[in-house]
Amino acid sequence: MANIASCHTTTQKKIPVSRNGKNLTVALAGNANVGKSVIFNQLTGSHQTIGNWPGKTVDSAKGFLDFDGYNITIVDLPGIYSLSTFSIEEIVTRDFIACEKPDVIINVIGAPVLERNLFFTLQLMEMDMPMVVCLNQVDLAESKGIKIDAARLENRLGIPVVPTVASRGQGIRELVARAIKTAKSPESVIETRPVTEGVPEELPAPGAGRRGRRGRHRRHRRGARFRGGIDAGLTALTALIDSENLDLDYPSHWVALKLLEGDTAITDLVRSKSPDVIAASESLAKQTEEVYKQPRFAAVASERYALANEIAADVQIQAVSKPSFVERLDRLTTQRVFGYVTSVIVIAGLLLWTFTVGNALSTLLSDALSFFQPVDPQISGSFWSILWNGLFGGFVAGVTLVLPFVIPFYLLLAIMEDSGILTRVAFMLDSAMHQMGLHGKAIIPLILGFGCSVPAIAATRIMGTRRERLLASFAITFAPCTARTIVVLGLVAVYVGIGWALALYAIDIIVMFAAVKVAMKVIPGDTPGLIMEMHSFKLPSLSVVLKQTWARTQSLIFLVFPLYMAGSAVVQLLYVYGILQPVSDFISPLTVSWLGLPAIAGILLIFGFVRKEMILLTMTVIFGANLAAVLTPVQLIVLALVGMLYIPCLSTVGILVKEFGWKSALAVSAANLITAILIGGIAAKILPYIV
Amino acid sequence: MSTSTEEYLEALYNLTRESEPASTSAISKRLNITPASVTEMMHKLANERYVNYSPYQGVTLTPKGYRIAEKMTRKHRLLERFLHDVLKIGNDRVHKEACEMEHALSDETARAMCQALKSPDSCPDDGQLIPACDLGFSSCEECRKWGQDNPEKISKRKSSVVSMSDLKENQEGLISFIRGDNNVLRRLLDLGLTPDTKIKVSRVSSLKGPVEIACRGSRLALGDEIARNVFVEKVTS
Repeated sequence: MANIASCHTTTQKKIPVSRNGKNLTVALAGNANVGKSVIFNQLTGSHQTIGNWPGKTVDSAKGFLDFDGYNITIVDLPGIYSLSTFSIEEIVTRDFIACEKPDVIINVIGAPVLERNLFFTLQLMEMDMPMVVCLNQVDLAESKGIKIDAARLENRLGIPVVPTVASRGQGIRELVARAIKTAKSPESVIETRPVTEGVPEELPAPGAGRRGRRGRHRRHRRGARFRGGIDAGLTALTALIDSENLDLDYPSHWVALKLLEGDTAITDLVRSKSPDVIAASESLAKQTEEVYKQPRFAAVASERYALANEIAADVQIQAVSKPSFVERLDRLTTQRVFGYVTSVIVIAGLLLWTFTVGNALSTLLSDALSFFQPVDPQISGSFWSILWNGLFGGFVAGVTLVLPFVIPFYLLLAIMEDSGILTRVAFMLDSAMHQMGLHGKAIIPLILGFGCSVPAIAATRIMGTRRERLLASFAITFAPCTARTIVVLGLVAVYVGIGWALALYAIDIIVMFAAVKVAMKVIPGDTPGLIMEMHSFKLPSLSVVLKQTWARTQSLIFLVFPLYMAGSAVVQLLYVYGILQPVSDFISPLTVSWLGLPAIAGILLIFGFVRKEMILLTMTVIFGANLAAVLTPVQLIVLALVGMLYIPCLSTVGILVKEFGWKSALAVSAANLITAILIGGIAAKILPYIV
Repeated sequence: MSTSTEEYLEALYNLTRESEPASTSAISKRLNITPASVTEMMHKLANERYVNYSPYQGVTLTPKGYRIAEKMTRKHRLLERFLHDVLKIGNDRVHKEACEMEHALSDETARAMCQALKSPDSCPDDGQLIPACDLGFSSCEECRKWGQDNPEKISKRKSSVVSMSDLKENQEGLISFIRGDNNVLRRLLDLGLTPDTKIKVSRVSSLKGPVEIACRGSRLALGDEIARNVFVEKVTS
């Protein structure tokens, strides 16, 4: 990761916008959950593109705004708490600011948690970029009895501060106006009263900087100050960096501070150019650790927080307020007993809503689409008619069986996420998740898996380590997604009984737990602990919810749909030309002898690899509407069970390959297959005595 | 100090964590010693200001006694980890072995052991928390940098610390020491858990679940494996 600190080696592409005249680039930066996305949506409306940062697994959103004759490109940076290089999001943000040099940064801060937000503001200020602070959620702060004097904050920071309530569009125009003004003339926006007024400049320690030329630097460095001569040492180090002409893309005093912190990327970069600077910074770091009795990075963080605390105390008044109704409700959601009740209600409600609404929509859509052409898989006829049937059938399946269930599901899930209720569920279920080597946050991708595995696996990116992502994804490949539910309902609920369908659901979830528990032992590594901010309950923003829903549905349409269509056509053609029969015969010892299924099962399972619900559809085509006439109840249950558990579908394998590579995708598929054969076989032996 | 005094104090440390004060019968049961001998020993320990004891009221540790008890417990549990992780001795035997060895373990070796085992936080047999050391560091990083020479020179903690996971709802504390690797430490620092920061536990959950704390105006959920390694000075209000 050595190259991340250097703009010359970065793979990020430049934004093709000229720097002068009426074109501006504005970056939105800030903590998570401060309403950054709401502001982004307010500013750009529908003129947005969402993609990945080049070469990175971080979402990037870019949008455009015409304002007062300016063409403004707005880049929404990831929500982060710090500018160290702890996470990929932090690296992306830092690289963007340093390398792309936006004309102005809008730092969105949440008024209810001013102090913690200022910690990040101070770090952005250290980078010496033109900057405007957007003090958002002032209404939320006021409801908690917190009043912030924006003018005073502006004065203390020395940069413009605009109070906003983004959810109602308040202050947005002024924000843009001041951002443009700042971009145009960064130096003259505000009469600066330095943050550290009253603190005398210390003289550099003797001999600390060989070629120190202090006169060239601003007298008042904005930001955290240090005691015990460290400040002077930093000034000297800055001067040394300047005099070495290192040709860095970052401001010298920022580099000095990063070297003091021991930032690995910056240290490696500077070491390759000037070992002298490193020698000086290491000795300063040693001095810092002696003065502060803390590791170097902790000392820097402590001083930043000390300043953030002091500024926050200076500009805000906290009235003692009684806990509001919402806060009392909030308390209840993590209460020892009631918290679990809430979690169950949330998850059950989500599923119930999905199936009620999904079913209605699905019926409606399939009626509308079957109007054009029947969509049951065609398994005889000419090449072209089968190809067309496969492609169209795959498309219709996507539209009628996946989208109607998945979209309402994601919509409600996004509402729950944005309102904060899902955070409480993650809190309550943290210890349960630990049983699977995961922590509470994994609940979001896992629940997503009840819709469709593909966006769920994509969502595992919120987990920190590769091990966690892989474990969560493995769990998701067992989750009863929409297509699996159709198979279970169509085979078991209809012909055997709803009780057995529910039992299969329960078995599936138990198998999921057990399989991940085994995987947890196999994949080495520790389970990292949960560190999560519990932001207050709020009314979800419609634009954020819609955007989130679309982002998740997108991966479905662009990955699942093509695979559905191509896969269906190919597998139908293979069947017609007799290529599947030998394969089915080959695996018949497994399907017929071990699982006790009819000989056709091999073919059904191959079809089901493309789309799980093809198991059901193909069978209806071959045997007609009444499946009970051809399969015994035990066979129906076993087929549904194996159908649920065996190899994840083609699309899921696709996303697994994309996220983890071939090896892991194969390992996961093999594990699924073995589990299915094992459980299916056991069921086939036991069930005849029960059913 | 005699081995038996140390054993008594250690037993009291464990018993008073469950319920305070500890009864003499509970002590006699735990150490498998007759109630009469326990009573006699309690009078002796009370005389030496290790415990507060009055008949029929039960026993509590004094701050002086608590410090020794905690240190012995720490040594015991570190040894269990060492026996289990390094020497691969079975969980059924580590407790007894550690009981014998802990009295001979010097502070210096205990520190070296803690470093070599990468600052473990729980013992292998029953997952109980290993208490923090009494050295005046705010993180394990400083301890590693200090080196092996002159351990006597290291200043001690001014006041005793408790794990965040042992705090009850609405109790407050000042961040004093964060155990473990730098990644977790950095993330906690970024969220504002710098030394001497006041935190308040606003929610504890059952089943070793996370705790919710209020810190610098924000609310954070910390999983048990994080919270147990954050040590605070209790603030009594």
